[in-house]
Amino acid sequence: MSAIQPPAEIVWWKQPLDRVEGTWISIALVWSLFMFFMMPFWHVYGKQNLSSEAYRTTPQAFMAKTQAMVDQYTVRTETNLNLPVVRPPPGSDVYLAGRLWQWFPLLELEKGQTYRLHISSLDWQHGFSLQPVNINTQILPGYEMVMTITPDTAGEQTIICNEFCGVGHHTMLGKIYVTEGGP
Amino acid sequence: MSKAQFRTCPETGLQYHKQAEMLIRAHAVVAVVILLIGGIAALLVTLTRWPAIHLLPADRFYQLLTSHGVNMLIFWIISFEIAILYFCSSTLLKCRLATPKIAWLGFILMLAGIVVNNAAVASGTASVMMTSYVPMPANPNFYLGLILFAVGALIGCFVFLGTLVVAKDEKTYEGSIPLVTFGALTACIIAIFTIASGAIVLIPTWLWSLGLINNIDPAMYRVVWWALGHSSQQINVAAHVAVWYAIAAIVFGARPLSEKVSRGAFFLYIAFLQLASAHHLLVDPGLSAEWKIFNTSYAMYLAVLASMVHGLTVPGSIEVAQRSKGFTKGLFEWLRKAPWGNPVFSGMFISLIGFGFIGGISGVVMGTEQINIIIHNTIYVPGHFHATVVIGTTLAFMSLTYFLIPTLFRRQVAFPGLAKWQPYLFGLGMSVFTLAMMGAGTLGVERRHWDMAFTNTALSFDYPASAFTLMGIVGISGVAAILGGAIYILVTVVSVFFGKRVESESSYGFDMTTLSRADPLLVPDGGHEAAGKWGLAAPGTFVLAMFFLVIFVLYYAVNWKYLASVWPMS
Repeated sequence: MSAIQPPAEIVWWKQPLDRVEGTWISIALVWSLFMFFMMPFWHVYGKQNLSSEAYRTTPQAFMAKTQAMVDQYTVRTETNLNLPVVRPPPGSDVYLAGRLWQWFPLLELEKGQTYRLHISSLDWQHGFSLQPVNINTQILPGYEMVMTITPDTAGEQTIICNEFCGVGHHTMLGKIYVTEGGP
Repeated sequence: MSKAQFRTCPETGLQYHKQAEMLIRAHAVVAVVILLIGGIAALLVTLTRWPAIHLLPADRFYQLLTSHGVNMLIFWIISFEIAILYFCSSTLLKCRLATPKIAWLGFILMLAGIVVNNAAVASGTASVMMTSYVPMPANPNFYLGLILFAVGALIGCFVFLGTLVVAKDEKTYEGSIPLVTFGALTACIIAIFTIASGAIVLIPTWLWSLGLINNIDPAMYRVVWWALGHSSQQINVAAHVAVWYAIAAIVFGARPLSEKVSRGAFFLYIAFLQLASAHHLLVDPGLSAEWKIFNTSYAMYLAVLASMVHGLTVPGSIEVAQRSKGFTKGLFEWLRKAPWGNPVFSGMFISLIGFGFIGGISGVVMGTEQINIIIHNTIYVPGHFHATVVIGTTLAFMSLTYFLIPTLFRRQVAFPGLAKWQPYLFGLGMSVFTLAMMGAGTLGVERRHWDMAFTNTALSFDYPASAFTLMGIVGISGVAAILGGAIYILVTVVSVFFGKRVESESSYGFDMTTLSRADPLLVPDGGHEAAGKWGLAAPGTFVLAMFFLVIFVLYYAVNWKYLASVWPMS
């Protein structure tokens, strides 16, 4: 009987497996298991894993920490908005706040050094998309995500917001400048 | 039950219960109207993302993108799916529909929800995208419309289950329900899970938008919302796979290679598909790697395994049917001699190939925990789901429509010449569209973004020229696909409301090869393998499946390589 009629054999579950099906199921199962184990494998041997380190926070508390870093490590300002460019010491905790419609502050990091990058939102949900290196994460208000990053390419990276956050969403940009390491 | 409540379609032998028939028609008509609204939004959105045209201002763009998402992903598909549930229960089991009055109540609630939600979006106070992530607020009616629609759809699910009970009780069939009905049951079970999740997240959000609740946690919202948002797309998968099996049966008289395998694969969907809400949370703060890995892989990719099984058994059953009719030359005569001019078949087959090769592979790759870092929220994501939901689900439903117009609506298919080309224009246009989107996403172009050129912003960024070219291709192919969608709506509306009545199968408007009343195929001496090769009943399909696997493995490897090139992080 065809697939839109009841099965011809009442005891259809005893019908033996067709060989083409059995072979394909075995191959597909092996591939599925391979893909599954690839993820834990990469946690052990790969270098690009998103940390699960995160803390509950509030916009006020997060902004206070960000501002403290800005006050201490600002090296210059850019654009007619006088956006601070902050150069925190290698290995330190770096704070980045997403808010309507800006990534605050601009950052200057050193190539080959490791930083603990804390990111949170001060209002709605935002998306951290670092281009052109192409690293993308979700940023939520009330949650402080901590990524340990090691920039290994020098040059200018742009942070684009890639979670819709209202009518100015497409103007929400930020920068991470990566300088060549010191002498 | 009096006989007068039933009508038997003389060509197909399908038996329609009058109430069920009216409900199926009503749901299908509403679905097509929604498709028209969502399609107009699609055109305007596409013309805005096409950099050379950049049609709409930003606020309009975000408003129409919201409308496009909600109308297409929720209203069009679920309305059509309720029609399919009624067809697969009442019609395929030759049984009266349970509680038709309550079913009509469900229909009215769905319609009311569609109107309330669309009015909220049209007012410009609910441009929050389909996902409506808190704490971005929307007009309360946005959520209320979705809730009303969900309650109506839930009623439809229970009417379907009730009809299965009626059929069993009144012994309208013997043994087990047909495979296609089993697939519809799978869709129904997933739909109930989906709608319950929707209620759990949307009712508090609605109360929050009214000021009755203080705070909705954004992380919690995302976990539960995606149990609605992603699972609703799993309803589609189960439903369109059921439609593939149905069309294989309708056009070829195909029977499943084995009931056990196909039903087992549907069962894997029931057990594991819903875990996929994790796909959207792979780069969210605070979730553990173990949680992400288990959920994003549907346990151990067992639902992917199920789709790979259907991807073999659907064309495999067609191959066996064709071979037993004598198309046994070489590996692919069965496919070459398939009725490519019949939109019921061509649409279904393009849907199957597009869903598997484009939607399936990209979905698994971007749902890999670490690879998601290079893909999350780029335009790669809509590239992926337009391949699953548009080429997969929508095109499958379009193909089924060309069968329903004559048997359900008793009208000839109008403009048969156009109908014949429609699946090609729509399916191939959409294939180019999705591939170009994925290419642009790989270059970092964002989704839900009005201006990739960042004109007049304080800071700026230049995408490579190739990203602009790819978005231009997205524009051109998108318009081609939308034209294909417009032809579908034109053919459907003209056929249903102004079409000539059907008198016999020869007046359907296009050639059907065989219909469901065709004699079920007999197993040849020596089993199906006798008509195949290498001891395989469906050798051509097996070769296609292996080709699919090679592409899958290569593309998977390429993405790990790309990931390895980004900044080290932990």
